[in-house]
Amino acid sequence: MEVTLNHFLFVSGLLFAIGLAGVLVRRNVIVIFMCLELMLSAANLSLVAFSRYNVTPGGDADYNAQVFLFFIITVAAAEVAVGLAIIVALYRAKQTTDITQINSMKN
Amino acid sequence: MESQNLPWIILLLPLFCAASILLFTRRSGNISALIATGCSLISLLLGVALLRLPDGVHVAAFPWLNMGSNVVVEIGFQIDQLSRGMMLVVTAIGAAVHVFSLAYMKDDDGKARYFAGLSFFMFSMTGIVFANNFVMMFVFWELVGFSSYVLIGHWFEKDSAADAAKKAFLTNRIGDFGFMIGILLVWGLTKSIYFTAIATAVVDEQILNGVSNGLLMAMVLCVFCGAIGKSAQLPLHVWLPDAMEGPTPVSALIHAATMVAAGVYMLARIAFLIPMSAGAGEVIAWIGAITALMAALMALQQNDIKRILAYSTLSQLGYMVMAVGINAADAAMFHLFTHAFFKALLFLGSGAVIYACHHEQDIWKMGGLAKKMPITFVTFVIGTAALMGLPFVTSGFFSKEAILGAALHGHKALFVVAAFIVLLTAFYMTRLIVVVFLGEDRSEKAKKAKEVPVLMWVPLVLLAVPSVIAGYEFFYKGMALSPAFPHHEGPASIGLIVISAVLLIFGIGMAFWGYKGETSEPMAGNRLARVFGNKFYVDEAYTWLIKIFQDGLAGVANFVDKVVVDGLVARLPAAGALRLGDAMRRLQSGNLQSYGFLFALGAVLVIYLVVFK
Repeated sequence: MEVTLNHFLFVSGLLFAIGLAGVLVRRNVIVIFMCLELMLSAANLSLVAFSRYNVTPGGDADYNAQVFLFFIITVAAAEVAVGLAIIVALYRAKQTTDITQINSMKN
Repeated sequence: MESQNLPWIILLLPLFCAASILLFTRRSGNISALIATGCSLISLLLGVALLRLPDGVHVAAFPWLNMGSNVVVEIGFQIDQLSRGMMLVVTAIGAAVHVFSLAYMKDDDGKARYFAGLSFFMFSMTGIVFANNFVMMFVFWELVGFSSYVLIGHWFEKDSAADAAKKAFLTNRIGDFGFMIGILLVWGLTKSIYFTAIATAVVDEQILNGVSNGLLMAMVLCVFCGAIGKSAQLPLHVWLPDAMEGPTPVSALIHAATMVAAGVYMLARIAFLIPMSAGAGEVIAWIGAITALMAALMALQQNDIKRILAYSTLSQLGYMVMAVGINAADAAMFHLFTHAFFKALLFLGSGAVIYACHHEQDIWKMGGLAKKMPITFVTFVIGTAALMGLPFVTSGFFSKEAILGAALHGHKALFVVAAFIVLLTAFYMTRLIVVVFLGEDRSEKAKKAKEVPVLMWVPLVLLAVPSVIAGYEFFYKGMALSPAFPHHEGPASIGLIVISAVLLIFGIGMAFWGYKGETSEPMAGNRLARVFGNKFYVDEAYTWLIKIFQDGLAGVANFVDKVVVDGLVARLPAAGALRLGDAMRRLQSGNLQSYGFLFALGAVLVIYLVVFK
């Protein structure tokens, strides 16, 4: 069986959906954070797939998308650093990581 | 003085008088009274001088409303037999009433106001009489209603007087509304508001030939509505008896001789319109006849001297309207002319009695006044004889015979009704005389009564003269009203005289037999008499009817207020806003995941729209 672009995109979509579901249904902030990372990875996967299958007239792959991918990974790393710091600060303030307990945006 | 300016002077003199009283001499009742009385006497002289003015003389008119396209409403004058004769009545009785009022209202606090009101009334009435077009007549018609309102409510501290004034005004408004529609219909159909132009268009050019009878009938009857209100015909007669709350001289002038006759005068002015519609005359005649009959029946059982006379006035006005309805407008005007004199005489006579008895109006508390007040008694008897139509010696006889004769030739059923009223009239007037003037005095007030002062009995005597002679031909010759002024000397036939004489004797005899020596109403327990005494319960019926209408209307208004205004307009939007706010509030839960879910949902929606649509 030959692996086509659709297979990659399918896996990417699946990953994204799992990540989204996790974000929406899980209660632990850290797990939600991990699910967010999963969604970013899904986006990365589809970028790589597009890059691989978008062949230039010279016969080479289009590397623009892969450059874009590295940017995303870098930003994600920075985001993880900030995000975890916020979670730690949150835990210190509220003594919980349960998202249902943290509803200070209400009212 | 140019004689063409005479009508202007007659019209404006009372207005000037009323204005000067209100503006300058309001504080002093005596000066005001003298001014008004002086003006009314001058008016009388001018009214007599007016008789010499020829028919159709041109009087400069004042263009009052210029509405373009050749429609100009004038304050203009129509001088003919009709207006000259009517003017004589108005000024003569006006003068008598003014003089009488000098004594009658001697100690009244509102004397200046009273005389200003009288003068204003004279002005308004003069306007009606002289009017040469419908719009001017309507304006003065309303002014007359206003002055009547002011004068009925002269003693406005009394609730009954204030109520009576209101009732008179409102009842007249109903009639006037019909009148206004009638005027507009005439205007629309004949393209003119001027009486002479309408007459030319209708009679000579036959402009109404193609118009449907229904429309013509509506036109005539709507105009007649004005007469129903002003001349107090059924079913709007209820205000006139209550109007007796006003001072008695006012009743004599306005509610007996002049204003209430304005309806008949107006009908006589447009008499040529009535035969244009088949059936309208019939309706008018029957309304007049039924009014005359019912009013005469009601008069049988009244105990207030003024109310008896008021119902008698109603009854006589019914006669006149009936005569107009059977195309005998000249007979109606003739009766109006004579009736004005003797009914004013009777009212002033009753005023003298009331004055002598210290404002006692109940006839059962009088009695035996003939010896104490001989002049009043004699003049009152003359007036009564004229009202009954005592053959050959009174003016009322000739005019009543004219109407009866017209009814006999025109409409047999109406004649029977009219003849029956002769009997009733004789009965209730004899009852009045017997109870008030004969027998023994039945109260302290009647015991102390004495003859009224000279200022009061002189007008009585002066009015007694035309009450006797106003039916004879020489009177009209002397007044230069002959031959065109409608009057009929010679009665229609010997048979007619015999019939009315028999009825008259029968009525007088019955009343003498029934009331001689009585000290209280002998028929008080009679059920039929109670119906008459309670005026056929018309007032009660109106109260009931108005209550039903008012309650129904109030119910509808309540429903609209509760359901439409409170419910649909106020509560529904409020509840909607509340619900919407509630729903929005639920959306803002503060829960990160529900925000995220909505965000995802939105994203999916956007993708769906972008990609798949």
